[in-house]
Amino acid sequence: MAQYTLNINGKSYQADVDADTPLLWVLRDTLGLVGTKYGCGIAQCGACTVHLNGNAVRSCTLPVSAVRAGKVVTIEGLSEKGDHPVQAAWNEIDVAQCGYCQAGQIMSAAAFLSKNPKPTTEQIDTAMQGNICRCGTYHRIREAVTLAAAKLNP
Amino acid sequence: MSILPKTSRREFLKLATTAGGGLLLGFYWNDTAAGAAHVVSNVSLTPDDITFNSYLSIAPDGIVTILSPNPELGQNIKTSFPMIVAEELDADWSKVKVLQAALDTRKFERQVTGGSGAIPHSWERLRKAGASARQMLLEAAAKRWQVATDTLTTSQGVVTHAASKRNATYGELAAEAGKLSVPATVTLKDKKDFTLIGQAIRNVDNHEIVTGKPLYGLDFYREGMLFAVIQRPRAFGTKIKSVDAAAAKAMPGIVDVVTFRNNVAVVGKSTWLVNKARQVLKIEYEPDGARESTTDHDKFFKTLLDTSEATVRRKDGDVDAAFKQAATVITREYQCPFLPHAPLEPMNFFAHVREEGVELVGPTQTPEMARTETAKLLGIPAEKITLELTRLGGGFGRRLKADYVLEAAELSSIIKAPVKVVWMREDDMMGGSYRPAVRYRFSAALNDQGEMIGYKLRGVGINAGNCTREDNFPSGAVDNVLIDSVEHKSPITTGAWRAPITNFLAFAEQAFIDEVARAAKKDPVQFRLSLLDKAKRTPTGAVKYDVDRMKAVIQLAAEKSGWGRKPKISQGFSVYFSHRSYVAQVAEVSMKNGKPVLQKIHAAADCGIVVNLSGANQQVRGGIVDGLGHAFFGNLTFNGGAVEQKNFNTYKLIRMKDVPEIDVHFVNNGMDPTGLGEPALPPTGGAVANAFFAATGKRFYNQPFDKQQDAIPQANIDRM
Repeated sequence: MAQYTLNINGKSYQADVDADTPLLWVLRDTLGLVGTKYGCGIAQCGACTVHLNGNAVRSCTLPVSAVRAGKVVTIEGLSEKGDHPVQAAWNEIDVAQCGYCQAGQIMSAAAFLSKNPKPTTEQIDTAMQGNICRCGTYHRIREAVTLAAAKLNP
Repeated sequence: MSILPKTSRREFLKLATTAGGGLLLGFYWNDTAAGAAHVVSNVSLTPDDITFNSYLSIAPDGIVTILSPNPELGQNIKTSFPMIVAEELDADWSKVKVLQAALDTRKFERQVTGGSGAIPHSWERLRKAGASARQMLLEAAAKRWQVATDTLTTSQGVVTHAASKRNATYGELAAEAGKLSVPATVTLKDKKDFTLIGQAIRNVDNHEIVTGKPLYGLDFYREGMLFAVIQRPRAFGTKIKSVDAAAAKAMPGIVDVVTFRNNVAVVGKSTWLVNKARQVLKIEYEPDGARESTTDHDKFFKTLLDTSEATVRRKDGDVDAAFKQAATVITREYQCPFLPHAPLEPMNFFAHVREEGVELVGPTQTPEMARTETAKLLGIPAEKITLELTRLGGGFGRRLKADYVLEAAELSSIIKAPVKVVWMREDDMMGGSYRPAVRYRFSAALNDQGEMIGYKLRGVGINAGNCTREDNFPSGAVDNVLIDSVEHKSPITTGAWRAPITNFLAFAEQAFIDEVARAAKKDPVQFRLSLLDKAKRTPTGAVKYDVDRMKAVIQLAAEKSGWGRKPKISQGFSVYFSHRSYVAQVAEVSMKNGKPVLQKIHAAADCGIVVNLSGANQQVRGGIVDGLGHAFFGNLTFNGGAVEQKNFNTYKLIRMKDVPEIDVHFVNNGMDPTGLGEPALPPTGGAVANAFFAATGKRFYNQPFDKQQDAIPQANIDRM
């Protein structure tokens, strides 16, 4: 066990965990930030997506020791009031069915749009290809990313 | 998510039976049914809320709180149930708050998510719950203003007396109305007056979902709770011989390692630590039945398709005679593999077993059964168990089983501590209850007019029970029918998988009928319509589907897709009646760079009245995506009793780029609504396979399709 100081959603957190503990389980079990979901544990489904220094990463395979001073943003910290353009678009398009994958979808979409604010549909599909939605809300995810892009570029 | 007032000790006992429906409008609680503290967030009732019946309460500020009793797993019941109550209440939807109810058999019936049955079961009682509360509010206003009830109107949470221009909000009237007796009879709205039902209403949990609030079983946390993973046998047909847990017990954060039944549970301080310790368990297994491989199943199918010992499911006329006199006989076989449900939230449950009572919290499609089985397991009365429902991160039928609830309860009873059992993805994939593997053999006899005079179906399934649905179309439309089934018993466990049996049978039936239509030199749509006309005019045996409703969806799908009028596009048709609803689909394939590409699926659905247009639309699209993904990719194979695909790197689920455009149309015929959680899935495989045939001349007979041809679905990325 070792003590880690993590910068998450602009706050400083202490976690006393093994060095190999994936950030996902530190977030969920140690810090109680359960918005980031476990789906596969092998970076295949995208449910655990968070931002590390602005990049979308799979927290299920990212050891806490590798985070260091990196700035982590989770779904809980994407916006203060839940009104980030991507979150707003997800609500307006009524994307979610079971909703379990959607935090990861939103984090992937938000990171993508911050780098590519005016994407084509093909680019959206490619960006979101790594996130599985078992309910099959892909059409609405695509629509919501498109709407969020429009909100970001009024 | 506590659903009970925290301070009030009022005791309500309002039991009334309304005429006709036998609706229990009562609401009851007492001091022993104390609400527990929960991390999973939601709003709760306040002491000021006036409770009108099992479903709804109104606060002085006009906020209407509606309890939604059924498990929510993405079928959107937590939004559509309250919509039905609010419609008859004439509530202002913006002032409606929805709470997930815990299991409560005194207040609710059929708290089950399965069989697409919730809406048809609850439609009338939900309407009556809203209408009776509205009636009480009207009576309270009438009393206050000394006017006749029938001079009052309601709209958007306000009672109005037009003649005297007086208004009162529901909140203002709630305290008085709540003291009145529940009306014995209520008048329901004329369906044409619906203002909320039929609208596109957003999921009531959207904000919680997009902000990452704890909603799901896996998110549940209780101070002092332990975490556990369970090592189950790695192969079906084996059992534990010996366990050496010394190394695991010595790992940091591990509290205990417990062996019970065929389980070795590692209990500790976090999911990661218990899962790490599990890796160093030394468990020896020994045989406990057959350790079957997929190659064995293929052999069973071959043998059993020809066995003389099958269970006859339906027999009309004289099939042998019909086939003897046939001008053409077509025989085809179709096979599907086992499938895991793979909900994105793996199985998990929290249990705290104590002398004074048992607390269960988590995602289940059948809370009442989970409680009953837990009571049986622990040898205690069911009343000593509370079961709180979290939101379910998918279910697809897997959570109709209580195995994972029982494990948690048993483990908690052994370690005498609150514990959450977490299944890792590999546990979930290897844990059984799969969609059974099945093989079908269909035969059709055509006369020289191209009419189907004989129809045979033999189904062979592995732990599939009756793997036919003998009354499905075209039964009833063919004079001579023989449908039978054979079951091979296997140690591999199976269970209901979204649209049980029909999730594959529909593909086989609809692919076969396409082939028969073409052999009869008839248009596949016309061929089906002719058979339906015959089923109406001169039915053979029981006809268990509504011919007119099936024809209506066929015609709507044909019209909306421009069936037969798109020379450059290859179309495939299918239609299916399952779970009380009718869905027809047209798939469209075109050739791009010499390869068939699935461009679009048109769907026409008849689920009666559409309750929530947004939810319904997505149920159909999601069902199609699910049907498409599993038809193309889903493949769970076994070697020596062990699952070969243990995670999503080897088990492919459909992704964004695999999804074609999907258009959804509803018949919306004003009939009482039926379910939509399943009915859109079964027709998809058939429509798509028939379209690929139209494009390439090649037939898909087995699933997954992608193992047969290099044709994979691809979105038409130019379409937007």
